[in-house]
Amino acid sequence: MNADEDDEVLPGGCHMCLAIPGKIVEIFPDNVNAALIEVAGVRRRVDLGLLEDDRPVIGDWVLIHVGFAMSKICEQDALDQMHTLAMLGEADAAMQEIRGYGTEEEDKNYQSN
Amino acid sequence: MRYVDEFRDPELINKTAAEIRRLADPRRHYRLMEVCGGHTHAIYRFGLKDVLPENIDLIHGPGCPVCVLPMGRIDDGLSMASDSNVIFTAFGDMMRVPGRQGSPLEHKARGMDVRIVYSPADALKIAKANPDRHVMFFAIGFETTAPSTALTLMRAKEQGIRNFSVFCNHVTIIPAIRAILDSPDMRLDGFIGPGHVSTVIGCRPYEWIAKNEWKPIVVSGFEPLDILQSIVMLLRQLQKGESIVENQYKRVVPWEGNHAALRAMTQVFELRPYFEWRGLGFISQSALRINQAYAEWDAEVRFQIPGLRVTDPKAAQCGEVLKGVLKPAQCKLFGKECTPEYPIGALMVSSEGSCAAFYNYEHRKTSALISLGTTA
Repeated sequence: MNADEDDEVLPGGCHMCLAIPGKIVEIFPDNVNAALIEVAGVRRRVDLGLLEDDRPVIGDWVLIHVGFAMSKICEQDALDQMHTLAMLGEADAAMQEIRGYGTEEEDKNYQSN
Repeated sequence: MRYVDEFRDPELINKTAAEIRRLADPRRHYRLMEVCGGHTHAIYRFGLKDVLPENIDLIHGPGCPVCVLPMGRIDDGLSMASDSNVIFTAFGDMMRVPGRQGSPLEHKARGMDVRIVYSPADALKIAKANPDRHVMFFAIGFETTAPSTALTLMRAKEQGIRNFSVFCNHVTIIPAIRAILDSPDMRLDGFIGPGHVSTVIGCRPYEWIAKNEWKPIVVSGFEPLDILQSIVMLLRQLQKGESIVENQYKRVVPWEGNHAALRAMTQVFELRPYFEWRGLGFISQSALRINQAYAEWDAEVRFQIPGLRVTDPKAAQCGEVLKGVLKPAQCKLFGKECTPEYPIGALMVSSEGSCAAFYNYEHRKTSALISLGTTA
């Protein structure tokens, strides 16, 4: 993962081009489009609305882009994608993005839970 | 040697590089365009040019959303947020892009309420949390990002959140490719097709390039091996005199794309008659705007915007670099006035812009790929 310790995340790196693999660990019962995904131990809420034709279930892997799951992938492809991000020096940017999902208010809620 | 260690299979890389050398006809000069900025970044990062024979040129395409946005649109977006009741939200990529009076980040330093979001959905959450303020999301990106903006607008409407609007700068990739093919000073042999845009639009929209323009196109992944395999697939087609769309990135890109994402886009957006692209000029039907049903959430309807066209600094040659006519280092400002720390042109701001990619990686030519390429 940490392929480039001497490489900083490039300033202004293109977050909108990242596709980050995450595993669905929870789907909220009150909203079928809201899921909790886990990426390298970090859990965040993402929107599943773009997968309504082929709904994922808990345990499925998805590619996440700007807070929305955009495609279902298999576990091996998810691991490969994480490797790709590390090779591209974008693993840190990806984690920064995942951690960045949600607002400050939500962050406080996560901490208090 | 650090890059080599990360390769999944250096042996396969060597074999693929050897296959490229075998397929490339020494009497021909190949010009292949990688459309997507993510590929540009990867090509520089891994020094892939050094593994390719000299008669294969990779031309960097227009697929970096930050790079093709005209400066006037940044000024327009910032002008909306000059009202102190407005919260300006955008992806981090936008924050350092210079407008005429400075970047969003510089406006923040002067007191504007500018906030980075990682998802348009979070801009909507900020609106919910601040009902007495107006939250404007500066939307940017190709078809990869546009469906997420569309769904966010659908959620805003469903939930009746009216203190939220989107300044839509979404662009579409196909018309940009068409404009490049129509450009008289551009000769190309084939395309390395974008990866993540294609998860949404699929591979069919590229068929006219292969059929009508007779340029092979291979949708590609982002690893060195993916890009090299895509080049092999292009060279095979060129050798056989074929021109078809192929999908090298099958593990992520379905041939048909993502219908739910396309539906969301259709529900919220319509094509603009024309839109200005930095470096490429006005391209007809190349961008999206918010349709009548969502006009209440359209920042261009809610706010008066100056709509001024701002010409790029004369000395900067972003347009020529963007079209692949000039290499980044051939621009007069490259590495002097214009650097990733103090960017003048947008190609230097985003790590996917060819100037920043060239600046950040090209001087690190000690990359072990050179030895890989020569010892294979």
